[in-house]
Amino acid sequence: MSPETTTPVLLVEGLRKIYPAPTPQAEAVEAIRDLTFSIPQGQLVCIVGPSGAGKTTLLKCIAGLLPATAGRLELEGKAITGPPKTMAVVFQEYGRSLYPWMSVQANVELPLKAAGLSKTERRERSTDALEAVGLSDAADQYPWQLSGGMQQRVAIARAVAYRPQILLMDEPFAAVDAQTRADLEDLVRKIWKELGVTVLFVTHDIDESVYLGQRVIVLSNRPTVVQDDVTIDLPDERDQLSTRSDPRFVELRHHIYGEIQRAKGNRGGDEQAASA
Amino acid sequence: MKFLKAAFFLLALPVVLVLLWWVSTMVNPTFFVPSPGELVGTFFDTWFGERFTNDLLPSLGRLSLGIIGSVVVGVGLGLLIGSFRPLRQLLEPLLEFFRAIPPPVLLPLLMIVMGVNWRMQVFVIIFGSLWPVLLNTVEGVRATDEVQRDTARSYGLGRMARLRYLILPAAAPQILTGVRQSLSIALILMVISELFYTSSGLGFTIVQFQRNFAIPEMWSGILLLGLIGLALAVLFRYVERYILRWYHGLREVQRES
Repeated sequence: MSPETTTPVLLVEGLRKIYPAPTPQAEAVEAIRDLTFSIPQGQLVCIVGPSGAGKTTLLKCIAGLLPATAGRLELEGKAITGPPKTMAVVFQEYGRSLYPWMSVQANVELPLKAAGLSKTERRERSTDALEAVGLSDAADQYPWQLSGGMQQRVAIARAVAYRPQILLMDEPFAAVDAQTRADLEDLVRKIWKELGVTVLFVTHDIDESVYLGQRVIVLSNRPTVVQDDVTIDLPDERDQLSTRSDPRFVELRHHIYGEIQRAKGNRGGDEQAASA
Repeated sequence: MKFLKAAFFLLALPVVLVLLWWVSTMVNPTFFVPSPGELVGTFFDTWFGERFTNDLLPSLGRLSLGIIGSVVVGVGLGLLIGSFRPLRQLLEPLLEFFRAIPPPVLLPLLMIVMGVNWRMQVFVIIFGSLWPVLLNTVEGVRATDEVQRDTARSYGLGRMARLRYLILPAAAPQILTGVRQSLSIALILMVISELFYTSSGLGFTIVQFQRNFAIPEMWSGILLLGLIGLALAVLFRYVERYILRWYHGLREVQRES
């Protein structure tokens, strides 16, 4: 994997995000100092960092939900100024991201309705997507009637049915139990392979990032810079048991763990820390 | 068995009270309080004749128009005000002031401006019962969940789609709380708007009876208003249960966990 040879689908250059002080007494918070990376078409990239590293801020900037303070954000060569049409986001808080007043199927179809697809096409896509995540039987239920893991599957089905070019996932499995989490990780790999979609997966879990990704970008502590950019040279076929016991997996895991420990001490631009 | 128990709790107290009332009118008859039997007879004689079409239906018509008007105006304005922060900040003190005005005091003014007619009466009902709907809608819109909003934005939902599929349903529990409060205000204002310088309606008729010392008839009017209020409450509950079936289900799930 050499990002330079293919045209990047996503380009982040010199990204900076400062949250202005909410009151005159409070201090402005520099969440992201200077982030530069690019992601080629079809790659599965994980972003890890210590908690409070501005992972969610980064994702929201890329999703066009938050304006950047400075820097360049481009999707397929076009500057991101608002939520891009070819992007889908899976949020961490599935319980709040799915609309409780709609059935599972209606939730999956809502973005398609907004995009102006016909009823038959919507039904076809939502049925396929729900089948892909193994929830065909739950189509007529309300999301809150399902378990947490199933709800996150619905959110994934909604993203899949939308057929995005790029899929952003913000710590999507942070709130589900370990067993469900393993299943969902494999589901993400499966969907990524089947759709050929570019995936940007934010997590705080080092094992998860190594298991899922082709590449792991390690963020430093706030104010955030890129601490390390690791290529995951594990075989493409991954398996919860054999991959996780692969010596190379352990090696990569150790390396990233060490980087994150280092990141906790490394505060972006060192002593010139947030005094904005 | 369950049904019998429910029926017992529903009816026990009313039955006891009616019995007490009946016994006391037997033992100690008074001109001012009719016996239950007398009242029921008077009730049907009074209201299911000419007065049904001359007084009851017009009153109910104005009440319905007033309720529909206050819900439409309240929700419409509430969505608008709730969606735009500067508008909300600008209007909030004014709205609180308007809400604080007791609507009956508008009657003398409106009689001069609009004259005494059904439009003025509906206007009074709308003006009085608008506020709970309006303020609750504003609050409901304002409190829409941030992740729900982000979801709508990231999937490219336009303004109308967001209103229809996100903001309105998200605010529905709050809006309906407002509507419930509005219903009783609307009924009160319906009666009050009929008390002065009119020649038809329930309020007018009841006052007429009182002036002519038609005591049982006057009581039957009060009974009728109570029944209308009760019918409104029951109807509202069914509508609310239907619209908010997701909300009650969700709450039940949250309580269990």
